[in-house]
Amino acid sequence: MASLLRQASCGTVRAFAGCTGPRLPLRRLLSTSAPSFNKLTDDDLAFFRSVLKENDVITDTESLKTYNTDWMNKYHGKSTVALRPRSTEQVSKILKHCNDRRIPVVPQGGNTGLVGGSVAVEDEVVLTLAGMDKVLAVDEFAGTATCQAGVVLQQLQEAVEAKGYTVPLDLGAKGSCHIGGNVATNAGGLRFLRYGSLHGTVLGIEAVLADGTIIDNLNTLKKDNTGYDLKQLFIGSEGTLGIVTGVALALPKLPSSVQLAYLAVDSYESVLTVFKEAKGHLAEILSAVEFLDDQALDLTLEHLHGARNPLESRAPFYMLIEVSGSNEEHDAEKLNGFLEAMMEGGQVTDGTLAADTVQMQGIWRIREGITEALSKAGAVYKYDISLPLPQLYDLVEDTRTRLDGEEATVVGYGHIGDGNLHLNISTPKASDAVFNKIEPWVFEWTREKRGSISAEHGLGAMKGKYLNMSKSDESIKLMKQLKTVMDPNGILNPYKVLPGN
Amino acid sequence: FHSLSTRGSIIDMSGLRILVGVKRVIDYGVKVRVKPDKSGVVMDNVKMSINPFCEIAVEEAVRLKEAGVASEVLAVSIGPAKALDTIRHALAMGADRGIHIEHDSLGLAPLQVAKLFKAVCDKETPDMVILGKQAIDGDFNQTGQMLSALTGWPQATFASEVKVADGAAEVTREVDGGLETVGVKLPAVITTDLRLNEPRYATLPNIMKAKKKKVEKTTPADLGVDVAPRVEVIKVEEPPTRKAGITVGSVDELMDKLVNEAKVL
Repeated sequence: MASLLRQASCGTVRAFAGCTGPRLPLRRLLSTSAPSFNKLTDDDLAFFRSVLKENDVITDTESLKTYNTDWMNKYHGKSTVALRPRSTEQVSKILKHCNDRRIPVVPQGGNTGLVGGSVAVEDEVVLTLAGMDKVLAVDEFAGTATCQAGVVLQQLQEAVEAKGYTVPLDLGAKGSCHIGGNVATNAGGLRFLRYGSLHGTVLGIEAVLADGTIIDNLNTLKKDNTGYDLKQLFIGSEGTLGIVTGVALALPKLPSSVQLAYLAVDSYESVLTVFKEAKGHLAEILSAVEFLDDQALDLTLEHLHGARNPLESRAPFYMLIEVSGSNEEHDAEKLNGFLEAMMEGGQVTDGTLAADTVQMQGIWRIREGITEALSKAGAVYKYDISLPLPQLYDLVEDTRTRLDGEEATVVGYGHIGDGNLHLNISTPKASDAVFNKIEPWVFEWTREKRGSISAEHGLGAMKGKYLNMSKSDESIKLMKQLKTVMDPNGILNPYKVLPGN
Repeated sequence: FHSLSTRGSIIDMSGLRILVGVKRVIDYGVKVRVKPDKSGVVMDNVKMSINPFCEIAVEEAVRLKEAGVASEVLAVSIGPAKALDTIRHALAMGADRGIHIEHDSLGLAPLQVAKLFKAVCDKETPDMVILGKQAIDGDFNQTGQMLSALTGWPQATFASEVKVADGAAEVTREVDGGLETVGVKLPAVITTDLRLNEPRYATLPNIMKAKKKKVEKTTPADLGVDVAPRVEVIKVEEPPTRKAGITVGSVDELMDKLVNEAKVL
């Protein structure tokens, strides 16, 4: 029973040191199928060293600290070895061995995830894709890129920009996150509104299954209706169905004209009106619609190095509206028409239009830097929720009401164009009292509105146990069946994603 | 408000008229590419914006107006039709009116630009001219100095701080050895350096208002300036690509490379 308790407790949120998570109900403990894993032996290490280069088998505690700590410094693994393969064949050999030996593995990309999905929960072996960082091909006629999973997103962006294309996704973590990790988590980001989901833009995937089988679907065909579309299984599976080792992406043309407006808006109803009007006026050139509340701006100006308020006035909400296209005059005309209408209508009380790329970056820094500012401000409880637009901000206000009296700052921001709220609660230090008021209440609130408890961040180690708040029991059962088929020994990223793992 | 240098007595300082030069250049963030025929750089479909040093000049002038030291800021640009956008941006930041000297500015070198500004100064008689120290396309860093010579006005270049009082300006300059402070009697030419100020974002209400501010159009011929080029660009090339660096394994290996490969020892 004690070992079952330990296994089960691994799936709980292990917040900051000294914070005890919620207690699991007994029924949940008994439904846990605790996987039985083996510990690493010297023979295993010798095997790894026979497959990989000497310095790609990392065992020294100093180096392991990075592999064992997530970006938020919230989740800490106890892995004693990190492996850094340089080829798909090496990944295959490692996984085959680990599967035979029942040694659990946590695949790791840029380690920038926000739900504890990329570090070990216990002492799983870390398998980092950082050694597979080559862009293999950029086809400037077809508009496709093929690369290894460990290519950093920004590096991929630079490679395709040189040929006149852009990667169809962009996020604040672009300097560190890997395209393989983006694909494995079905990352959303700032341009989801314009380019859509990775489920649509990924053309092919090469992945390695738990038993070492290499599934090579790495082609760049736009249309291929031959059998079940296996790549969709890997996209968003967060490393639990296979390890993505190669990605082929469709690339949109790099827009030659990009313009950014930053608007002060007088109410949430106005935010929705501005969004609706933006779609009407700007139509096909609209490429990003983001929002943040004044509390988020406040926190960011206080804690983010180099942040500067673009406006002198303050307002309850701010929006970033970006347009991109192939004709600057045409886009500027549409944008000016839209801005004039919004100022006349009174929804927009102030705003600015970025005059050059430096100002554009300055404005994006505000929106992209909120996460970093929150990390610096103290402890943060982070939620990523999809909700119907009219009710989206109600969650922020209800959270404020609920935490009234606590030393907590509640901020709301996110991809309003996608109906995706980032709700964050900042406290000076970790607080059980605050945490217990938030969870599971915030997920129950979301379930009631038929929202998603994780719009884009995924489940990781944090939210698997709440999956039934957004998916039916039948769906979860089918997911578990799929997992058993693809990873019978459960060695791939255990304790994550599905409840009871 | 006459030129202060022609009077000896104490002048009313609340009415300084400042002329600011603004240039439309390839945006700072763009990766510039050389045309295949090596005649110049690719300008088609490339993002253009106000030269960063000119933006700083506008900001400084507007701040002087807000401090009650200046009463009018005049933005001047030389360029094709689209240069008007740059003037409008200066107006949105707070300049009062503009002058657009229409010319396909690609052929213009600093001397011609300085002559055109001299002609405008003769007409407008400003108390101060603030220019960016250089444009990020040509990087010449000559126009301000040449204008000073043509007008006979003192110059204070690479300004990182400007204080105006009693018909003179005290300007702190960024020079190789550190900071140097000079005093110049007005009228004078000041060129801006990066640390002078951080330009404001133009607000939407001001962008709308700027559309109604007056911009006068003129040409080099109207100003009586000969802008025939004195310099012919023969070829434009990219700098040679840097070779990748290598990590050496030992001091001996480093010495070997320094002596035998790089031949610097």
